[in-house]
Amino acid sequence: MGLVRFFCSIVARDLLLSWRQRGDVLVGLMFFALVATLFPLAVGPEPAGLLRIGPGVLWVAALLANLLALPRLFHGDWQDGSLELLLLTPFPSGVMVAGKMMAHWLSTSIPLALAAPLLGIQYGLPSEQWLMLLASLLVGTPIITTLGGVGAALTLGLRQGEVLLALLVLPLLAPVLIFGSGAVAAVAAGQSGMAELSLLAALACAAIFLAPWLAAQALRLAIE
Amino acid sequence: MDKQTPSSRWHLFHFAAPSTFYPLAGKAIPWFTGLAALLALIGLWLGMAVAPGDAQQGEGYRIIFLHVPTSWMAMFIYIVMAFWSVIHIVWKTRLSALMAQALAPTGAWMALMSLVTGALWGKPMWGTWWVWDARLTSMLLLFFLYLGFIALTRSIDDPERSDQAGSILALVGVFNVPVIYFSVYWWNTLHQGASVSTKGSSMAAMMLLAMLLMSLAAWMYSIATCLRRVRLLILQRESTNRWVQELPEIANTIKAE
Repeated sequence: MGLVRFFCSIVARDLLLSWRQRGDVLVGLMFFALVATLFPLAVGPEPAGLLRIGPGVLWVAALLANLLALPRLFHGDWQDGSLELLLLTPFPSGVMVAGKMMAHWLSTSIPLALAAPLLGIQYGLPSEQWLMLLASLLVGTPIITTLGGVGAALTLGLRQGEVLLALLVLPLLAPVLIFGSGAVAAVAAGQSGMAELSLLAALACAAIFLAPWLAAQALRLAIE
Repeated sequence: MDKQTPSSRWHLFHFAAPSTFYPLAGKAIPWFTGLAALLALIGLWLGMAVAPGDAQQGEGYRIIFLHVPTSWMAMFIYIVMAFWSVIHIVWKTRLSALMAQALAPTGAWMALMSLVTGALWGKPMWGTWWVWDARLTSMLLLFFLYLGFIALTRSIDDPERSDQAGSILALVGVFNVPVIYFSVYWWNTLHQGASVSTKGSSMAAMMLLAMLLMSLAAWMYSIATCLRRVRLLILQRESTNRWVQELPEIANTIKAE
């Protein structure tokens, strides 16, 4: 079996597993919608105010919803022992981890990104803004999945692992939030927002390149 | 590294063993503590008594002699931590992981001191304890990075995994710190326009000298506390080993019990 086929089989396997557990995705989406609903209740429903805070609020909500799903990335496989077997395959473990991250991104972040425009319309964002929200989420969420995946591997099986994961990963994800919501804000200010989007894409490239390898190292520790 | 002669190489790894590093650190601590105290005394005297008051900020600026050294150390210590982590990942020397873990609380302390002294300075000068300025925000995030590192290494019971996990986290962090710094910087300039500059425009030579002395003092203090903490970590890790139980300070307490 070639490396590419190995990668694809990991992705297919994890997608099938998450399809069997599709309630988890719904929980994430509900959390996303709930956080976005709480803000108008807290700060007041004036359309002008919501339009101003909308991009930031939706980006924070999407970030938190993604964070909520991250412990799932390795936990199931770790509990039933299949993670150990996956690490024992003759293929580089970074490729296996990259496959799992890819499947997790497809099954968790894509639905969240697709739900974001709907919430954006509820906040009164015009079409060019919610389109940029969708684009920035599509470019930015791979960073959340890959960098967060390193955190998930480091905290695998620890007491308070989920809280610890948030503490480790959220400061590191500050740039993603800044450039992601910045892209939408730039569109709102009449610019193209492509500068922020390009920076986000550059960060994504770096994270996708480095993170699977580091996460694989961390997983080996969790298993020993 | 590769240009070293065999003898100096042996020397380097000679002290990588906890049993040889422990007494060496013990001998070095009084020197660094003394140096820190001496430099701090001279620096404080120059800063508080000799240096003139600032043209714009009067006497309130004198907190700079604490603020700038702690800020520098907070950023510098993270880089040193990452350096030891890389050494640990490459050569698997246990001592380097312990060095990183011993540095983290001092780094967190320096970041906190920088934030607190900054707030104390900001209130009379800017009229507010806190603004979401780029430097302030990135220092706050750095403080959280230190806390995350400490929390991760403390919550893993297995020493081997704790060391490795800490090293990996410090490595991820050191890639991210410049990204965080610049992103926060751009974010601020994008949205708020020109904000208050955190530095005075020009500086008297005496002020600069006092600040440098205080920075050196903070540096020596950090080395001393780090060595002290690494000695405790070594004792904790090696408590069952014979050389630890034969140490005079340990043997005496065992006898006393």
